[in-house]
Amino acid sequence: MIQIQGLNKTFTVPERASGLKETVRSVFKRQTRAIHAVRDLSFSVRPGEMVGYIGPNGAGKSTTIKIMSGILVPDSGTCDILGRTPWKQRKEHVRHIGVVFGQRSQLWWDVPVQDSFDLLRDIYRIGEKDYQVTLEQLTGVLDLGPLLQTPVRSLSLGQRMRCELAASLLHRPEILFLDEPTIGLDAVSKLAVRRFIRELNQEHGTTVILTTHDMHDIDALTRRILLIGQGRILYDGSLDDLRSRYEETDLERLAVMLYQEHQL
Amino acid sequence: MSHLAALLMPYRAAFRIRLQQNLQYRIAALAGIATQFFWGFMLIMVLEAFYRGSDAAPPMSMPQTAAYIWLQQAFLVFVALWYRDSEIFRLITTGQVAYELCRPTDLYLFWQARLLAQRLAGALLRCLPILLVALVMPRPYRLTLPAGPAAFGLFVLTLLTGLLVNVSISMFIYILTFVTLSPTGSMLLIGVAGELFAGLIIPLPLMPEWLQRILYCLPFRLAADLPFRVWSGHIPAAQALAGWGQQIAWLVILVVLGRLAMRRALTRLVIQGG
Amino acid sequence: MLYFRYVRMVFRCQLQYRASFWMTLLAQMLVPFSVLAGLLMLFHRFKRLGDWSVADVLLCFAAIHMAFALSECFARGFDQFSQLVIQGEFDRILVRPRGTVLQVLGARVEFSRFGRLLLSVLVLGAAIRLADIPWTALRVLTLFLMITGGAAIFIGIFMLAAALCFWTLQGLEVANIFTDGGREMAQYPLDIYRTEVMRIFTFIIPFGTVNYLPLRYLLGLSSQTWLAATPLAGFLFLLPCILVWRAGVRHYQSAGS
Repeated sequence: MIQIQGLNKTFTVPERASGLKETVRSVFKRQTRAIHAVRDLSFSVRPGEMVGYIGPNGAGKSTTIKIMSGILVPDSGTCDILGRTPWKQRKEHVRHIGVVFGQRSQLWWDVPVQDSFDLLRDIYRIGEKDYQVTLEQLTGVLDLGPLLQTPVRSLSLGQRMRCELAASLLHRPEILFLDEPTIGLDAVSKLAVRRFIRELNQEHGTTVILTTHDMHDIDALTRRILLIGQGRILYDGSLDDLRSRYEETDLERLAVMLYQEHQL
Repeated sequence: MSHLAALLMPYRAAFRIRLQQNLQYRIAALAGIATQFFWGFMLIMVLEAFYRGSDAAPPMSMPQTAAYIWLQQAFLVFVALWYRDSEIFRLITTGQVAYELCRPTDLYLFWQARLLAQRLAGALLRCLPILLVALVMPRPYRLTLPAGPAAFGLFVLTLLTGLLVNVSISMFIYILTFVTLSPTGSMLLIGVAGELFAGLIIPLPLMPEWLQRILYCLPFRLAADLPFRVWSGHIPAAQALAGWGQQIAWLVILVVLGRLAMRRALTRLVIQGG
Repeated sequence: MLYFRYVRMVFRCQLQYRASFWMTLLAQMLVPFSVLAGLLMLFHRFKRLGDWSVADVLLCFAAIHMAFALSECFARGFDQFSQLVIQGEFDRILVRPRGTVLQVLGARVEFSRFGRLLLSVLVLGAAIRLADIPWTALRVLTLFLMITGGAAIFIGIFMLAAALCFWTLQGLEVANIFTDGGREMAQYPLDIYRTEVMRIFTFIIPFGTVNYLPLRYLLGLSSQTWLAATPLAGFLFLLPCILVWRAGVRHYQSAGS
């Protein structure tokens, strides 16, 4: 379903000068440096799989997600999702994916959640009947009933995240990208979110790609881990394999050992 | 004396940092100057078209008008009332100004110094490029040189004193915010009125006679209209000195009233608990 | 249509902030009002501006301010595009299966700009009374096109400035020369300015086609009917602007954010 082959992406970033003398110099010549976000990246994902994408910050996680969503065009390499190249057929491709950016909201801030949902229905051109069915299901499973008439700015983070999940699934995408979905949530909300994602995958066969720093998310949801560091895939396997390899059951220590092994 | 030096020290540092910041946003600074430049050019074109098409002799010659407009643009930061300090607004609206009262400094003077420093830093960067380019523009858009060394000296004198007057007027905007707690309301009215009364929309001499007589009684023109006409000689030296006297008089009145108003606002604040 | 649903959504959002809405609306009226005051004072002293009377100039004033108010109101998304980019909202726009132009237009609608619109309508009313317009159906259409064509030009400039954000976030102020500057210039019939300036603002950024050209036909000073169609150039101006926008989106997609 997702086939990624030899992706490369390099950014040129201007260097910021400090101190008065350097600043004056930068008026005449701009200094830049190259950041190799993604280097010869390849992996594939089967339909219905749940993959955990981990790695330190700046390792290339969000770059890969952006490429897979169609937001970013790589320098070279191929990416085939559901038979389409994301950045070449953006509008078609995007109809079949859902994205939740952990720290940024896709809902309209000052109006009730229901209004945001209705507008999304129009944006995604969802049929009225399908919309009602999906909405009812999502409202039930995520317990959104009392929240629907509340403006988004009045919701707690946990409540907002549940609404974000619903919003990203209204159009029934086949693939769901989750970028740090449990960040900042309390324990109860985290459990609710994890349970929901697990059921989503089991009942609807939605493929889920999850980036997170929380190893418990990985443990609860995914069987497969992709470790990305310095733009490359450093490990592609299961959490159980890691446990037996390092003879360690504590998740945090496991993560530390994994990072240390790959010098991250 | 050491009190003054200590007071000035943070402003020297702030000045350097601001200079650095401005250099970093070099394109933005250039863009700002280009905008102002275009604006001045356009205003002169409009006025020139009016002068050209009419038989009546204009109250200010074209070169004097051009000088008026260019000086306006070059020293906009000095003369515009709406040059705002959002930090001070924030202090007032959030009530944090109460902390400022715990410091052993006079709040009125402190803020005045701060506002002065801001305007000086802002203007010093912009005025030179605009003045230099305006000096080499083709006639009739050219900025003509001052009408003599005395005129120039009086110009500098009235410009700087006018800056003090303007800052004192702007203090009232901040003091008003103590009462209304909303920065936009008070800024708006005083800003728009101030612009019109200072000759920033159209030069004062071009306004109807009756309006001019009223506006000469108000202090708004003292920061802009007065020094610019001194430069071009439209206001001769003797009148310029009288104008300077007016500036001093208004300055005293504004500062005294401002301090009084501020004291009342602050005591209200303390009583109400902010 | 989807755009109107966006408009309704933004309206409901802004309704939440009633006080600041009215305050901004008032501000929007006061600023052009002071400019109008200046204009009237100049006419009081000089009686005429070249060949044009105060009524003619008021027509230009009203038309261009209405055009600007409409464009600022509906194309605010482009006007404030740098904010959208900085807040990362453009990524979200790319993840939705709709065109970018439509979504940016729908992101922000600034209803408080109606203050300027209200003032312009009043001025237009006064100008029509003062001027002696030999009304025909075509002339009504001409006036309508002057206003909407002007709005199209402003929207095009907003779009160009917004597209600039894809390459750099600095130097955006220069766009103000063409929006605010263009508006202030086009308050007067452009033929009073120097020829070079007039040519730039007629052929490159076609303000002249919504200003003095159709004005001559509107006032009956010329009977050449093609002048009535000149405001259409304003709409044509949008085409290259959309092309530049598309190029900007492509650049954003390859350079990241």
